[in-house]
Amino acid sequence: MKRSNEPIWWSLFAAGGVVAALFIPVLILLTGIAGPLGWTAQAFAYDRIAALAGHPLSRLFLFVVISLPLFHWAHRFRFTLVDLGLKGARNAIASACYGAAILGTAVAAFVLITL
Amino acid sequence: MSRPYHRPMPANWWLTNRAYFMFMIRELTSVFIAIYVVLILVLINRIAAGPDAYRAYLAFLATPGMLVFHIVALAAALFHSITWFNLAPKGLAVRVGERRVPDAVIVGSNFAAWIILSVLLAWIVL
Repeated sequence: MKRSNEPIWWSLFAAGGVVAALFIPVLILLTGIAGPLGWTAQAFAYDRIAALAGHPLSRLFLFVVISLPLFHWAHRFRFTLVDLGLKGARNAIASACYGAAILGTAVAAFVLITL
Repeated sequence: MSRPYHRPMPANWWLTNRAYFMFMIRELTSVFIAIYVVLILVLINRIAAGPDAYRAYLAFLATPGMLVFHIVALAAALFHSITWFNLAPKGLAVRVGERRVPDAVIVGSNFAAWIILSVLLAWIVL
């Protein structure tokens, strides 16, 4: 039987799915709604948020919460595009999706290390 | 006789009934989550760029278009979470000794973990 990379991508998809399911809703509420609308007095003041984000554990958390959902999307989306009719470009789509996730992961690592 | 006949699948197969449609919606939630996660990455980059960049980005996030995006993304994320946790027992059968843990316990503990972690994160940030 031909060896496949499938298990690697599937594992990242599964991990990303768990991380996204647990953390993304509350994060959207915080950074997408509460923060911009200034719901809690000084919670999103620059100094406070910079200190919070800069903590080593925060950086690790942010890396995981950015990278894994990207791999979750990549795996899910590549099959969705095929399901929507793009069967012919199957390999190009897979490469583009996983490539984008890898790129996003690399950028996230760089931004978080240099924060 | 050459290849077996392969009936062509129309590209709108997922519009033909509600179950297929909801499946496609579920799959597409990952797109909203991915976009949101990129917005978080930009936010971190803005924090690194200093207070003015950060405040400008928050102002951008407060524009109607971005707020609408986040509300839609929140709905997508919630749909992902709920469908994901409900599938958990199907993905991984957990046994204690000889007996299988009932599905409801697995689903329930996932939802409980979700709520606890969300409250914890909100408490840390706010």
